Amino acid sequence: MSVLEIIIALPLLAALAVWLGAPARITSLGAAFINLILVVTAIVRYAGKSGLAFTHSRPVLENPALSFAVGADGISLILALLTVLVMLAALWQIEDRPDIFFIASLLIGGGALGAFLTTDVFFIYAFHELALIPTFLMIALHGRAEPAQRRAVAWKTTLYLGLGSLVLLAGLVWAVLEFSGGSKLTFDLEALRNQARLTPLPLEKQGQIFFILLIGFGTLVSLFPFHSWAAPAYATAPTPVAMLHSGVLKKFGLYGLLRIALPLLPQGAQVPWVQNALLLMLLGNILIMGLVTIHANRLDETLANSSVMHMGYIFLALAAGTDAALKGAVLLMFAHGVSIALLFGLCGRMRNQLGTLEYSKLGGLAEHAPSFTVLFAFGVFASIGMPGLTNFAGELMIFAGSFAGFKGTLSNLHWTVILSLWGVVMSAVYMLRAYRNIFHGSANTGLFMIDPAPTQRVPFILLAATLLVTGCCPWLLLNLMKTAL
Amino acid sequence: MSVFSLEVGIALLGLVLLLIEAFQPSISRRALGLTAIVGVSLALVLLPFCGTALPGFMQPWHQLDTLAFFYKGFSLVITLLVLWLTLFCAPYLTRFTLDGRLAEMFSLPLIVCAGMMWMASARDLVTVFVTLELVTVSFYVLVAFARKSALSLEAGVKYLILGALSTGVLVFGIAWIYGATGTMRFDGIAKALTLTTTSHSAALFGAALLLAGLGFKVAAAPFHIWVPDVYQGAPTPVTTFLSIGSKAAGFVVLTRVLDIFLAEGSVIATEIQALLLFIGSLTALLGSLPAIFQTNIKRLLAYSSISHAGYLLLALACHSSARFDLSSGGIVAFYLATYLPMTVLGFFSTALLRANGLGENLKDLTGLAKRNPLFALLTTTAFASLAGLPLTAGFLGKLFVFLGLADHGYWGALTCAVIAAAVGFYYYFKPILAIYSGGDADSPSANAALAFPAIHKAVAIVLALIILILGVYPKPLQGMLKQEPAAKMAR
Repeated sequence: MSVLEIIIALPLLAALAVWLGAPARITSLGAAFINLILVVTAIVRYAGKSGLAFTHSRPVLENPALSFAVGADGISLILALLTVLVMLAALWQIEDRPDIFFIASLLIGGGALGAFLTTDVFFIYAFHELALIPTFLMIALHGRAEPAQRRAVAWKTTLYLGLGSLVLLAGLVWAVLEFSGGSKLTFDLEALRNQARLTPLPLEKQGQIFFILLIGFGTLVSLFPFHSWAAPAYATAPTPVAMLHSGVLKKFGLYGLLRIALPLLPQGAQVPWVQNALLLMLLGNILIMGLVTIHANRLDETLANSSVMHMGYIFLALAAGTDAALKGAVLLMFAHGVSIALLFGLCGRMRNQLGTLEYSKLGGLAEHAPSFTVLFAFGVFASIGMPGLTNFAGELMIFAGSFAGFKGTLSNLHWTVILSLWGVVMSAVYMLRAYRNIFHGSANTGLFMIDPAPTQRVPFILLAATLLVTGCCPWLLLNLMKTAL
Repeated sequence: MSVFSLEVGIALLGLVLLLIEAFQPSISRRALGLTAIVGVSLALVLLPFCGTALPGFMQPWHQLDTLAFFYKGFSLVITLLVLWLTLFCAPYLTRFTLDGRLAEMFSLPLIVCAGMMWMASARDLVTVFVTLELVTVSFYVLVAFARKSALSLEAGVKYLILGALSTGVLVFGIAWIYGATGTMRFDGIAKALTLTTTSHSAALFGAALLLAGLGFKVAAAPFHIWVPDVYQGAPTPVTTFLSIGSKAAGFVVLTRVLDIFLAEGSVIATEIQALLLFIGSLTALLGSLPAIFQTNIKRLLAYSSISHAGYLLLALACHSSARFDLSSGGIVAFYLATYLPMTVLGFFSTALLRANGLGENLKDLTGLAKRNPLFALLTTTAFASLAGLPLTAGFLGKLFVFLGLADHGYWGALTCAVIAAAVGFYYYFKPILAIYSGGDADSPSANAALAFPAIHKAVAIVLALIILILGVYPKPLQGMLKQEPAAKMAR
């Protein structure tokens, strides 16, 4: 029995217990808190090591070889930490809601932990799907819109994510068939990676499989032009679901690309047509979505679209494929997850208290809610990429790492980096404008809000502190990724 | 005790119950139903310990390999569940029968069961035909059982006419195959098909007709038009039986004959393979796409059953999968074993709605999560598994099919199957969404608890657990179906 199995099982068991009638808040917060301790201990124990640790495997099928195998390396642990942090915060900030909010949050968190900590392609995929159902149900049932509209949003999300998952499945099946080698099919990621190391595929084929995986995983991460589900989904989803999905679950697609696609198809992203396509798509994410975000006139729209936009930077790192850029991508995944969860959590509170998020109706909130404003500012500045917060370290590493190969002539990649830098400017424009509109000046509607009670500040302080600590000491996380990705 | 005597015993029990019901009207039908359940359970318990001895006269007609054993067990299980479902539905169903009682509803399933068990052991086309008719003729009666319900009568007539037609096509095909190969026996046909002297076109024509006839039984496109009406009209236990038992029976025969048609060196292998891929893709799509628009749960499940038949046909088209432990027949058997609990549970949910005085439409599911959380969870499990959600049994079956198709490089068929599965996510989630939505503002009576008797609760929970366990621990089932080379030779 590995500690990772306990980490995966705890939220799922807690969800079951809540469903059976255990006190929802205590049970779920307890499980999330124990999980946080377990993950942090695992990280401390892992420090200084490399490769997979805490491995354990239970065979399910012999041929095709399928087993419930857990194991974690630096990336998995960083994302597991992100998951438990966001899960704890999301659960904590739930107030006066039916039990299903706790159950759904625990299921999404448990599914995400399962996806990040298992090493069998089948289970990686399966756990992610497990996390999608509660997302979909919660949007459809408790979304913040008229029933017909939230249902439409839920359907759209499900269809996009369902189709994306199937494309992904096709790509995974292809990869499994190519890399199984010999007479036996295997889903074990390590076995597949070894085979890929021994007998790499021809370049053209790598490109083809990588492209399918990119579309599949990319749809889950809202890669342009498969992004249009994300903004309405996050704007409609209940707060904990928005926090968990945009903060954690969306990172699954990037994690899959880093852990499955890149090791199996190391040259896949460098095949010219694949790289060019990827560069075009990520520019869509950064520039087009950046402009869309600037024109948003509600806070939830701004946040949802900005979350789509920021994914572009991580795809840039994947397109570049240099070690520094990829490590920066992991750092940015963590940072973005924490900061967007913080912002969505605060945004949910605002909507509950004010009933509207339209910029035209808001203003001067800082006056009666100073703590709230400070916490929100953390999210805003992290999202802009202010030095001292984690996002800055991540973005810097990505830009520097992607530009590394510059030798006098600008390649497509370098041009993309240059254009992407404008994204940072755009984030500053829309985030600062949102911040000024909401917290400064005065509201012509007379709306105002007060600070949350001290216990209700805890989840947000937790997230803000995480941003600050890992922002000032990014090596805490970077040291976990000693070996090249 | 040998397997053969067990089968005879089941058939005899069916006949005895039929006679009792005819001449002793005073005996309660419930007692008859319970007797049937006890008999079938006993047979199920005995099956693994049965010997393979056969009376001499049956030797040429009967074979016992892994698949035959599996399908015999499968038939017993589904018969048992159908009998249970019949008992559950009895208070509602009797309102629609002529004498207000369930006369043959308990004896005919036993005869169907015996027919399916023999079919699993068939080794020539005559046995196939006789046992298939035994099953089909019993179904003609069962489908139209609710005589006072217009829908049931309509279903009965449709099933009778199209069933008779398909039987005709089947016999015609058998005749052509006999003409082309000079034998009815599977091994003889297999040998004849490898000879260059065998008439290619005659054999192909016969094989195509045979596939058409069997395609009707398993609800393959384009012979699937009858399915929604019949499934909707027939009493729910019968629909369950049709959708699982009859389909499994069709597929065991298909597995056997396709094993011959697609065998290495068979002169018609290429054409039949192409035909199967085409029919399979078409069935998966024509099952899935119309399902989007269904509002009746039974019709939805009917279209779902069509699309599952499509995946099964595609599995059969991947004849030799050297990279799996399972042969294509094994994959089909595995798929059917996963299909059984989820479909029974799906139909059980409609029966439970009926028992509580609700309709069978999707809107009747609204708010059920509030009225009975357990029922909501069980039904969610069933539909999630039907959709093929990972960690449920339904996903593994689909995964095997997709892997097989990808392994052979049938990309066109794989695309169709993936599209059908994607559409499945939409229509299987409609009932789930309905269950969890609404229910707040309804009248107090609508929020009253749903009657769900304890014993039925237990059966339903067991079915849901099977779905979940098979989804994460399929090894025992896979081991059961692993092909032993020895058994293959015995044919």
